[in-house]
Amino acid sequence: MITVNGLHKKFGKNSVLKGIDLKIERPGIYAILGPNGSGKTTVIKSILGMVLPSGGQIEVFGQNISKRWKYRRELNYLPQIANFPGNLKVAELLNMIKDLRRMPSEEEHLIELFGLQPFLKSKLANLSGGTKQKVNIVITLMFDGQLLILDEPTTGLDPAALIVLKRIIKDEKAKGKVILITTHIMEFVEEMADEIVYLLEGKIYFQGTIKELTKRTNQSDFQHAIAEISTSQHA
Amino acid sequence: MLKILKYSFFDLVRSRWSYVYLLFYLALGFTLLFLNNDLSKAVITLMNIIIVLVPLIGTIFGVMYYYNSREFTELLIAQPIKRSSIFLGQYLGVAGSLALSLILGLGIPFIFYGLFKSAAIWDFVLLLYTGAFLTFIFTALSLNIAIYNENRIKGFGYAILMWLFFAVLYDGIFLLSLIIFEDYPLDTFSLTATLLNPIDLSRTLILLKLDISALLGYTGAVFKSFFGTLLGFGISIMMLVVWTLIPVFTYLRKARKKDF
Repeated sequence: MITVNGLHKKFGKNSVLKGIDLKIERPGIYAILGPNGSGKTTVIKSILGMVLPSGGQIEVFGQNISKRWKYRRELNYLPQIANFPGNLKVAELLNMIKDLRRMPSEEEHLIELFGLQPFLKSKLANLSGGTKQKVNIVITLMFDGQLLILDEPTTGLDPAALIVLKRIIKDEKAKGKVILITTHIMEFVEEMADEIVYLLEGKIYFQGTIKELTKRTNQSDFQHAIAEISTSQHA
Repeated sequence: MLKILKYSFFDLVRSRWSYVYLLFYLALGFTLLFLNNDLSKAVITLMNIIIVLVPLIGTIFGVMYYYNSREFTELLIAQPIKRSSIFLGQYLGVAGSLALSLILGLGIPFIFYGLFKSAAIWDFVLLLYTGAFLTFIFTALSLNIAIYNENRIKGFGYAILMWLFFAVLYDGIFLLSLIIFEDYPLDTFSLTATLLNPIDLSRTLILLKLDISALLGYTGAVFKSFFGTLLGFGISIMMLVVWTLIPVFTYLRKARKKDF
């Protein structure tokens, strides 16, 4: 579904991605991990067409994405920082995104799950960080795209909302979708991810299941395995 | 694109600043008409204000809008919408709402005054026409500055400098060079220099339309013989269009290549 070949990206002189090769063929939850500045968000944004590669190709659903935009109909993206026009109300924002995408949407269910009804008439500028993130999640998940890209979806969520989010992600996976998630919360990865893509200094250091990772690093559990890769590299 | 235009337009139309801008023009229009009681004098006074103020407001609103809507633009870019539609739509939304404030703000008082029965109607139409063009030109120029400068403070600084250059410095340099080179024939030079600054171009167009080019002395006569003809008038109008299209084009080109 997603094929990335030799993806390079430079920002000025700073080389962020140095040849990423990534193949995602089966549905499931893929966790993109790596230390800060390893290029997780850049990879995601390249797939979305927000960042334009300095070299390499990206195919989504068998189509080269360069200079195209229609493939994004099947993409639902949750950005890391949610900032909306402050003088819009939540309901207005939802309607606007629906109007722009012109696709069937199921927001009522999500609004109920996250308990957002009391906020529908509030202006976005007056919402707390967590509530904004919930609105952000509703906007992302209300459409039925085949590919979900979630950049730090857990930011600012309270435990109850986190449980809701996990349930939704599992439901989406059951529908046979591909879900890419970046996060720094390892419990979340351990519980949710089918496969891990570990980025280090602009390259893919490891791609495989959690079991494979623990085996390869000779560690008893996942968290130690992750710690092991990040330290062994610098040794 | 039309949807993006619609949303940025309404986003701006509902903002406090648009009302302030509109009310300012309403107040200005009514005051001038009732103090002056002479339509063509009012048009001249208005011209002097418009020619400086419209570019300034266009410049400030352009940069401000770009920086304020940055995150939201990112959200839009991740949607299945063509990039150029997003940026063109936003541009037309900003410039369109400013131009509307100008046209309504000045139009309403003048209609009350009895514009349609007046002979000055074409002077007035030309005034609004150049005002609208200046809005579109300076909004596009300032959006260029904003998209090339990630740093807001720098972006604002450059934008204000750009306005200052066209509104004030350009004329200074122009005059200085006329004085320095006064021994040489300067007809072509001064015509070209006027065409190359949208503010000067608008001013000249209006002054000539008002038939007070005698004020401009000898150059006035040269200008009259150029701008006064249908051809010269057509070229000037075309120049305003070119002045709009070039920055819009460079803005869209940059937007297509930019990482968000």
